[in-house]
Amino acid sequence: MPTMTMAQALNAALRDAMTDDDSVVIFGEDVGTLGGVFRITDGLARDFGPDRCFDTPLAESGIVGFALGMAMNGFKPVVEMQFDAFAYPAFEQLVSHVATMRNRTRGAVNVPMVIRVPYAGGICGVEHHSDSSEAYYAHTPGLKLFTPATVEDAYSLLRQAIDDPDPVVFMEPKKLYWSKAEVTTPVQTDPSGTAAVRREGTDAPLVAYGPTVPVALEAAAAAEAEGWSLEVVDLRTIVPYDDKTVVASVRKTGRCVVVSEAAGFAGVSAEIVARVQERCFHSLAAPVLRVTGWDIPYPPPIVEKYHLPGVDRVLDTVARLQWDDEPDHRFLEAVPA
Amino acid sequence: MTTRAAGTAARGRAATEPADIGTAERAARLLPAGVPIQFLDADGKPTDESRRGIYTEPPADLLVEAYRRMVIGRRFDAQATALTKQGRLAVYPSSHGQEACQIGGVLALRPTDWLFPTYRDSMALITRDIDPVEALTLLRGDWHCGYDPKAHRTAPQCTPLATQTPHAAGLAYAAKRRGEDTVAMVFVGDGGTSEGDFHEGLNFAAVYQAPVVFLIQNNKFAISVPLTKQTAAPALAYKGVGYGIRSEQVDGNDPMAVLAVLQHAVESARAGEGPVLVEAHTYRIEAHTNADDATRYRDETEVAEWQRRDPISRLESYLLSTGALTDEDIGAARKQAEVFAGQVRDGLNADPKVDPLELFDHLFTEPTPQLREQRQWLSEELEGEA
Repeated sequence: MPTMTMAQALNAALRDAMTDDDSVVIFGEDVGTLGGVFRITDGLARDFGPDRCFDTPLAESGIVGFALGMAMNGFKPVVEMQFDAFAYPAFEQLVSHVATMRNRTRGAVNVPMVIRVPYAGGICGVEHHSDSSEAYYAHTPGLKLFTPATVEDAYSLLRQAIDDPDPVVFMEPKKLYWSKAEVTTPVQTDPSGTAAVRREGTDAPLVAYGPTVPVALEAAAAAEAEGWSLEVVDLRTIVPYDDKTVVASVRKTGRCVVVSEAAGFAGVSAEIVARVQERCFHSLAAPVLRVTGWDIPYPPPIVEKYHLPGVDRVLDTVARLQWDDEPDHRFLEAVPA
Repeated sequence: MTTRAAGTAARGRAATEPADIGTAERAARLLPAGVPIQFLDADGKPTDESRRGIYTEPPADLLVEAYRRMVIGRRFDAQATALTKQGRLAVYPSSHGQEACQIGGVLALRPTDWLFPTYRDSMALITRDIDPVEALTLLRGDWHCGYDPKAHRTAPQCTPLATQTPHAAGLAYAAKRRGEDTVAMVFVGDGGTSEGDFHEGLNFAAVYQAPVVFLIQNNKFAISVPLTKQTAAPALAYKGVGYGIRSEQVDGNDPMAVLAVLQHAVESARAGEGPVLVEAHTYRIEAHTNADDATRYRDETEVAEWQRRDPISRLESYLLSTGALTDEDIGAARKQAEVFAGQVRDGLNADPKVDPLELFDHLFTEPTPQLREQRQWLSEELEGEA
């Protein structure tokens, strides 16, 4: 089987979608001639022509609003926001219109568009290049939110996102663009809304998505030496969310650790924990714990390693899952009497 | 002349002449008329040719149609205002006084063109033949849009100002790509021109040469904030040249001029000449909505001054003077308006049918498991109440 990077898999998905459906158009800043700053759209303008893949003015709100107008009139736009933090000017268009147009019109006007966002850190990026903004989109009813962690899923989920009659924010963990796997495309993994158990285990699941999936897998491998059998659940899509797979894993093991790069406070990790404790309380042998970024703006590259959830912090957290029925002093002492 | 003196002379010339004469000429052609285009003065008397620019007088039958529709529009607006006082509408932003723009904008469009209205453009919606109850659903508050945008080629009434500007550009560009001769007209207020999306929408429309007409209804207020606090531009129409968009300014209370300018703009866009920006100078006679108290920020004398420039009476005077309208016609128009107002009353006096469970049904083509779950929980709550 050929080896392919995630970037190449995304490129192949765009290419195949454009071949299969003339109404698919790709646009954004630098996606045409340059092929995108991460080369995800490499060669598309050359091969499909400037009508199918083109460069826009530097205006994110305009890009998303213009795409919405095109989606209202027969096209399927797949737009690129150059980096996570540069998508913020488009936030109003996403929340006030892209997310709500179908609902507001009782289904008369659906919005078949994809907003691709390279997100998260671990690439020594300077300010504004490593944000994890998924919570803002997850919290917006009417937007779907996909985030592949594997090369195969990158292809399969992007094809699904483009075929989806509803809007999808497609968040690509940029540090994984160069990750490799043996994959032949086209490939279909699972329908959106289905999490994947990447590694089976009996002691506790590490529930992760996007950039923390490889961290969770590395931690699970290291955990064997410490005597823990850890399961790894890759959510794949935050909206629609797979309650079933996560619940099954927690009920089986009685414990749960959520691993997410974004700041913990009010993050997607908090939603996962809330849902787990609602649905699995009577199966739990320990509180549900999280390993997340600190509640700080994403730090400068030289100090990002102190912020990112790494293998050590994940294992320290697993150790606090009350294996000896010892209460967790961190939280007992957090609120003094 | 020595080389040094020639160099100095050359630099001196460069400082006073544009290096590229083509650019200056290009810009000049985009600028609006220095004085707003006007065909009829406030008393309905025809103006001098010099006030009419490149535009031609619309045909008499279209003017009569515009008159009838303005009479209906004003009566509808007054009825909606009354229904709000009776609690049948949650809020009503009136366009009383803006009839020339409301009706002129719609009559300049074909049914196959698209309109992108704001929350203040209810008169335009019923002129587009959208059922009045559907047009007022947003304001009644039983659903956020009461009509099918695709069936009426009218976007949902947009509340966040100017955000529909890029939508219009995208839809019009898509139409051009598909070989349709569709034009999109987007209504923006004076306040809305300050928003970032106004800038971005105009820029996209111009870069892609999308067939869009931007109609700025400059009614002089953004709630309480007057135009003088909104912009330092010589007129809002001068905002177009920066994008390469041909622009015009017109007396927005002169129905003949508004129709003439908008028809020209729409047909120009349809012919592939690119987007057009039109600023119509008008006035918001009522307060921002029924919940606003305009006496807190403006004088009644100013309102009275604008009422003397009423769009309906000036067109009525003119058409009577040419014989295109008779007193009988005027009576018939008013009667028709009363009948329509009665239909609006009947429609709005009936309680709207609401199904709370519908709140979950339209987010996605296929509801997520979580939405199904929540729909079930609300259903149980409602059964408990029954």
